[in-house]
Amino acid sequence: MNNLIKGTKFEWETIIGLEIHAQVKSNSKLFSSSSTKFGSKPNSQVSLVDAAMPGMLPVINEFCVKQAIKTGIGLKAKINQYSVFDRKNYFYADLPQGYQISQYKYPIVGEGVVTIDFNNGESKDIRIVRLHLEQDAGKSLHDQNPVKTYVDLNRSGVALMEIVSEPDLRSAEEAALYITKLRSILMYLDVCDGNMQEGSLRADVNISVRKPGENYGTRCEIKNLNSIKFIKQAIEFEAKRQIGILEKGGEIEQNTLLFDSLISKTRPMRNKEEAHDYRYFPDPDLLPLKIEDSLIQSLVKEIPELPDERKKRYINDFHLSNYDSSVLTSEKQTSDYFDKVLESDNDLKGSAKLVANWITSELFAILNKHDLDIHQSPISPEHLGILIKLIISDKISGKIAKEVFEEMFQSKESPEKIVKEKDLIQVTDTKEIEIIIEKILNDNQDKVREYKEGKIKLLGFFVGQAMKESMGKANPKKLNQILLNKLR
Amino acid sequence: MEFSSITETLKTIRSKKISVEELSNIFIKRIKDSKNLNAFIYFNEEDIIEQSRKIDKLSNNLSLKGIPLAIKDLFCTKNMPTTAGSKILSNFHPTYESFVTQKLIDQGSVFVGKANCDEFAMGSSTTTSFFGNTINPVSPKGKQLVPGGSSGGSAAAVAAKLCLGATGTDTGGSIRQPASFCGVVGIKPTYGLCSRWGIVAFASSLDQAGIFANSIEDASILMKEVAGYDSNDSTSAKIRIPDYYKNLNQDVAGKIIGVPKEYTLPGISDEINNVWEEAIKLFEKGGAKIKKISLPRTKYALPAYYIIAPAEASSNLARYDGVKYGFRSNENNSLDEMYELTRSEGFGKEVKRRILIGTYVLSAGYYDAYYLKAQKVRKLIADDFTLAFKDCDFIMTPTTPSQAFQIGEKEEDPIKMYLNDIFTVPASLAGIPGISIPFGKSKEKLPLGIQLLSKHFDEQTILNAGLYLEKNNE
Repeated sequence: MNNLIKGTKFEWETIIGLEIHAQVKSNSKLFSSSSTKFGSKPNSQVSLVDAAMPGMLPVINEFCVKQAIKTGIGLKAKINQYSVFDRKNYFYADLPQGYQISQYKYPIVGEGVVTIDFNNGESKDIRIVRLHLEQDAGKSLHDQNPVKTYVDLNRSGVALMEIVSEPDLRSAEEAALYITKLRSILMYLDVCDGNMQEGSLRADVNISVRKPGENYGTRCEIKNLNSIKFIKQAIEFEAKRQIGILEKGGEIEQNTLLFDSLISKTRPMRNKEEAHDYRYFPDPDLLPLKIEDSLIQSLVKEIPELPDERKKRYINDFHLSNYDSSVLTSEKQTSDYFDKVLESDNDLKGSAKLVANWITSELFAILNKHDLDIHQSPISPEHLGILIKLIISDKISGKIAKEVFEEMFQSKESPEKIVKEKDLIQVTDTKEIEIIIEKILNDNQDKVREYKEGKIKLLGFFVGQAMKESMGKANPKKLNQILLNKLR
Repeated sequence: MEFSSITETLKTIRSKKISVEELSNIFIKRIKDSKNLNAFIYFNEEDIIEQSRKIDKLSNNLSLKGIPLAIKDLFCTKNMPTTAGSKILSNFHPTYESFVTQKLIDQGSVFVGKANCDEFAMGSSTTTSFFGNTINPVSPKGKQLVPGGSSGGSAAAVAAKLCLGATGTDTGGSIRQPASFCGVVGIKPTYGLCSRWGIVAFASSLDQAGIFANSIEDASILMKEVAGYDSNDSTSAKIRIPDYYKNLNQDVAGKIIGVPKEYTLPGISDEINNVWEEAIKLFEKGGAKIKKISLPRTKYALPAYYIIAPAEASSNLARYDGVKYGFRSNENNSLDEMYELTRSEGFGKEVKRRILIGTYVLSAGYYDAYYLKAQKVRKLIADDFTLAFKDCDFIMTPTTPSQAFQIGEKEEDPIKMYLNDIFTVPASLAGIPGISIPFGKSKEKLPLGIQLLSKHFDEQTILNAGLYLEKNNE
């Protein structure tokens, strides 16, 4: 794929690496038992440890460690049986300890891989450098008082996984695919809720540009992006900014940037002289983390079917297209829904493509329109299965099915009940259809003449009239057949 | 009654010859009469009486019922302020009780006050405290000697019998050195034996709670109560705590005592070496065998310590920033300025010096040369001890290179002050237990101390040997 960006003089390649901060799905924090619930009253979920009271000590939350190991397994990565927590020292009002407990030299997870899929069926492996566990900081609130800053420590100490990729990404599009795929894997693993709006998944983007074949250029880091849209916009802007400088003969200054989503531009976060020296050193309050082989083995058994495997299953077992399979598996909930529909009736297995279409077109459309997630769908997978079964067994036409579908969405009733009550069962009886057709042909003798004189386009007219007469219930295939016979 | 030992006092209390309240009143009077020592940062009569009345109603079986204790002001206490000897925490009232002091409360002891100490336990003289220096009760007329430090208030209070025992913390010698200077028993247990939860941190990988008492027997009783596993301290050891007092046995016949040649230093006064020699002879008299041993990396201990401890301190003390609790300078226009002024005004000179050293040795470009190398040295020093303990049951050295010095004497030369820790620091780096027992006197009739060191979690061996030394000391 050609990802080159045309400048005014040269073509440029964008080199991107991502650092994803994923909040570990856990009821309590990384080193304390405080709750991690989102949206609670400020400072209502703060333990003595989270507030860094004198003499307080961190104790590792083993569940968070397990979540990190599971993530490592899901990323096909090496689990390091020896890892160390370090202190990253810096002063900030919402960092109560004056340091963040993180992992520096010895992270819990080593090299892994995430495969991204393109629409054309091709795919690309993005290498993962490492994953480490660290604490989140609190939140500074600058908008509560005109002269004061308030600090909310509810988030202080919440467990994050920082997942660092190699600079293997070459475009904003690829970066978006990567984060989408990574998010999907995390959600399949149930290790992160993937909620970007609530900040459960944030990205730092490292970006540089070069002429193809040349060495990497100087990179800049765009901090703290919390939506895929902003990530794409930030990359696109920043690549152009760097190309602009280089084509004018300038040099890129290594810098930390912030993305202003209002104007879609990046700007420097701090000056060079303020650059931090984090003075990392092993946290003496915590022992090195040693992970038994047996723990890893038991967690391997807990790993569910992941999107790549599911996709393969859809392609191999259900003969779905690469594209359909990708769409269905990108969100675990969608894929689960699809699986449930197929499981509801064995006869549907042969019509997986039809099921996929109903989900990705009709269901997605109606859910979008009502701003609902698939798990909130008023139409259950079982009901959708019944509806599709009615279609494939010729009980109702596709057109009628759409009506029934709308009704199901509104009333949550079963399709059978709706079809019965509204008398929507398809007419397949030849005699009944013949009677309708004869009536139509009788009523339109002039048109019949014209048809026979060669104006065959009129067939559509007859079909429409007959269908209308049957109130849409006539089996279209049969109707066509009989009509053609009569007009012969 | 004299009320100078825990064992005797417990008997008196249990036989109901005196109530806890009555006993406390005796100690309140002693403390008021010794105000000039400035051993306490916090002392509140009514609070002591209130505690005593409650304890009077409790079971007689409590192992420390009514025993008056001083608590180093580094232990967070729910009912008393906790300052760490610093202006920055001068008005800090914890909402929680440290693990160790809670255990002491649970056994019915009475806290008579918070003992003075060097600011954040950084010092060897208790002269860096924001609340003024403590005077060593053994000071001869006309002289004011330091009690040692950092747990100087605790040592002085025990020596002056203002309480029957005290808690301390020892990072590089902060229990053993003041014990030696004040003529009391001081124990720094194995790193991890006592929980650090609720103790204001100085250097986390070295800090260890311990105790002061007037005898080995009293110390053994207290040791059992302060030791024990705590799931809230990741470095706490999960081991069974022996009944040190019950197990006391002063028979040293056949014991092999290591005497390290590296602890004979040039420039150290003869009286120190003479006392050491006397202790050797006394042990030999008891049937112990003396073995000359070598701890070859000893000379690197002090420099390594003065890299590791300040490095950890620089990070541990970052939380005192004026944002959440403690002192905050009001004259500020920005967050950075608030940090700068709060910490400039809130910390004393020695604390600032160590934060600067610690920040420097952890800085990019210096980390490998200082911190990493110091950690390697630390490992080698621990190896020295492991090897030495293959040939001996415990090691005996002097506790300090000198007797108690005068207040103000070493203030202008931090290096001279740091040299106080020369004999105590190696054991701290190795994490092994150490005890200082009063033994011998200097020419000026000031107390001196002998230090006994043993393997990890083998406190009993040095308590036993200490008992022999104590009982046979003339």
